Amino acid sequence: MVFAGSIPLLFFLVLLMLLFQSRLALFTFGPWFFLSSAWNPVKSQYGALPFIYGTVVSSLLALLIAAPLGVGCAIYLSEVSTSRSKEWIATMVDLLAAIPSVVFGLWGIFVLGPVFGLSMMSAGVLLAIMILPTITAISREVLQAVPGTLRESARALGATKWETIRLSVLPPAASGIIGSIVLGLGRALGETMAVTMVIGNRPQISGSLLAPAYSLSAVLANEFAEASSDLNFSVMVEIGLILLIITVLVNGLARLLVWKMVSNSRIQ
Amino acid sequence: MDEISKKIEVIGLSAWFGDKQALKSINMYMQEKCITAIIGPSGCGKSTFVRCLNRMHETIPGAAAGGRIMLDGENINDPKIDPVLVRRKVGMVFQKPAPFPTMSIYDNVASGIKLNGRTNKSELDRVVEQSLKQAAIWEEVKDSLSKPGIGLSGGQQQRLCIARALAVKPEVLLLDEPCSALDPISTGKIEELLHELKKEFTIVIVTHNMQQAARVADFTGFFLLGDLIEFDVTKNIFTAPADKRTEEYVTGRFG
Amino acid sequence: MENGQQQSYSIRKFKEKAFLALVFAAALLAVVPLISLLGFVVYKGIGALNLDFFLHTPVPVGEKGGGMANAIVGTLMIVGLGCLFSLPIGLLGGLWLAEWGKGKRGFLIRYTVDVMSGFPTIIFGMFAYVLFVLTMRRFSALAGGFALALVMLPYITKTTEEMVKMVPRTLKESALALGIPEWKVMLFVVLRTAWSGIFTGIMLAVARAAGETAPLLFTAFNNQYWNLQLDQPTASMTVQIYNYAISPFEEWNRMAWAGSLALVAIILAITLVVRKYSKRVVYG
Repeated sequence: MVFAGSIPLLFFLVLLMLLFQSRLALFTFGPWFFLSSAWNPVKSQYGALPFIYGTVVSSLLALLIAAPLGVGCAIYLSEVSTSRSKEWIATMVDLLAAIPSVVFGLWGIFVLGPVFGLSMMSAGVLLAIMILPTITAISREVLQAVPGTLRESARALGATKWETIRLSVLPPAASGIIGSIVLGLGRALGETMAVTMVIGNRPQISGSLLAPAYSLSAVLANEFAEASSDLNFSVMVEIGLILLIITVLVNGLARLLVWKMVSNSRIQ
Repeated sequence: MDEISKKIEVIGLSAWFGDKQALKSINMYMQEKCITAIIGPSGCGKSTFVRCLNRMHETIPGAAAGGRIMLDGENINDPKIDPVLVRRKVGMVFQKPAPFPTMSIYDNVASGIKLNGRTNKSELDRVVEQSLKQAAIWEEVKDSLSKPGIGLSGGQQQRLCIARALAVKPEVLLLDEPCSALDPISTGKIEELLHELKKEFTIVIVTHNMQQAARVADFTGFFLLGDLIEFDVTKNIFTAPADKRTEEYVTGRFG
Repeated sequence: MENGQQQSYSIRKFKEKAFLALVFAAALLAVVPLISLLGFVVYKGIGALNLDFFLHTPVPVGEKGGGMANAIVGTLMIVGLGCLFSLPIGLLGGLWLAEWGKGKRGFLIRYTVDVMSGFPTIIFGMFAYVLFVLTMRRFSALAGGFALALVMLPYITKTTEEMVKMVPRTLKESALALGIPEWKVMLFVVLRTAWSGIFTGIMLAVARAAGETAPLLFTAFNNQYWNLQLDQPTASMTVQIYNYAISPFEEWNRMAWAGSLALVAIILAITLVVRKYSKRVVYG
């Protein structure tokens, strides 16, 4: 019991640490922190906006690419393919999930770099590839949780495969699929190494997707250990706090959606 | 007539699952070195009753038992007495044969002793052999003691579980519908086994099979909806029951 | 349904074909990056993967030889420490959740575990930094191990809980009925029965931890030399790959590919073996 109880203890300790260590920055900058783009540690100028922008935009870009691909792949695996190829493709998608972040980053530097440069675009594409397995795996589970009777009734009425899926499989699976996409978003938001290797690491907000950018996790990776002053350190911790809150909220929403859908289909 | 030696005497035993009362003040006894059968329709409390005898009932969350259970004159239902000690004296075999899947036949039988501390190898060998002989399965497995316990057939697995229970040297053996998952031949073997075992142990057997009770037991108790309706020598229960409800059950009118 | 019946048959047929093509294309596109990635890793890495790689420590640019031997050992060390910290809590915590975790307390703990599994791992690095690096005034393998332990903990707890729940109740009851004290039953019968499933969960957690970089960046930091001391900065494969990858030297970039090949090979090997093995779990 003691052991099990230590888990939430650790959880709260982490939270406490973050809050505590960032208090200096929180008090010094207040809400302006989120709106300012100035970033000059030497002059004690700190603003988190470029990082927030970078995290959000790169993740949304990744979603734009990975959502249709991931859901499409899931539909293929769950509804369309026959067993031979299915196992292979499913295994490969799973393997993608096991590859370390740095290796993705390395590949990104040498494959996406020449095409898009070290930029927001590269980060978005790379993130898309990395969150694809998540979206596919969960969407697939969600689709398979839809009772077979719905599909059968539609086919019996003469519907084509596509019509069957559109009318009797997707609607009940919708919230779960959306949940998987949101979960993918959660992953993308927290991704650190791959992003910092291809995003360019420049604290700026630019109209062009091909310009270098920065993200919350990337700046942590690069500058956390180099914090030169107490304020600098506190700012870094606050950035970590922001990152944590965003990811936890998004993940929480995702789990709610998926759980709701799975429990609904069980009632049926 | 020999003086009756009551190995177990149950006085006012009641049991609950949360708020629901499953046993209502049961009074009966088990005579030493005899087989007592507990019969009754599903849900009558027979399993609950037997699980109180070795303090297993209380392992269910929210379950409670009151009253006295005298084993050789000592109340084992007293909360101050450690249930672990009770279970070493009152062993149990369950309905579904459950040999430990990660252990060999030898290790299964020895598990009760090993996990309680004593691990002298030659002593273990002796006890394992003796228990397997008592369970009438020694001849079949003596050359494959290191094979996994779950590799045996259903009937053999159940006899293995009996050997395992006997290895800790209990005084009483409880069997909760031990044959209901087995084929008739294995059932027959176990019933024969029980006749042998009662020479050394006091046995209580729960069964939904009345013919089995008639074949095997010296005494029988008939339970219905948490009450002990009638308790008597088996012959009387089946040929001349005192209570109408007993008669209706044993003649197959319900249950 | 009405819509479909009103459209002409050929239009419906066309839509059907388009749909099947699109969905198949999605599946293919999903697989392409993996093939490309593995292809690059093998192609670019195999050249630099030689005996030196496995036996030597890094050398300055321009010199020959040099490898990632210290990083390989370092990863083993740090992941080993991670196991040391996370296994007791994860195993016993998971056991508790499975057996006694049905009420409010269990719900809270389970929820916490779930939320923790979604944390960006760099946060764990930050926590370990404050706890260990600031207090010890130096980077250490210990700090890195602790950070990785936090990464592994949710997985081990969850797997243990699931596997223990699958152990049939009669097994536990049979053991209790033998007069064995409850804690012994839990450890030596229940946990032992669930062990093969739990072990695969642990291996997967280890594979994942071995691939983590962010938590190590400012805990174990890095080290160009051999280090077997727990309280000193220690090299790890992931951090080394990272440093080599972002450096401007081609020599080092090649090492990054080689390291990636080695790392990916190990992780994929563990993952595949575990997947095959876990399909054979049987409880009898």
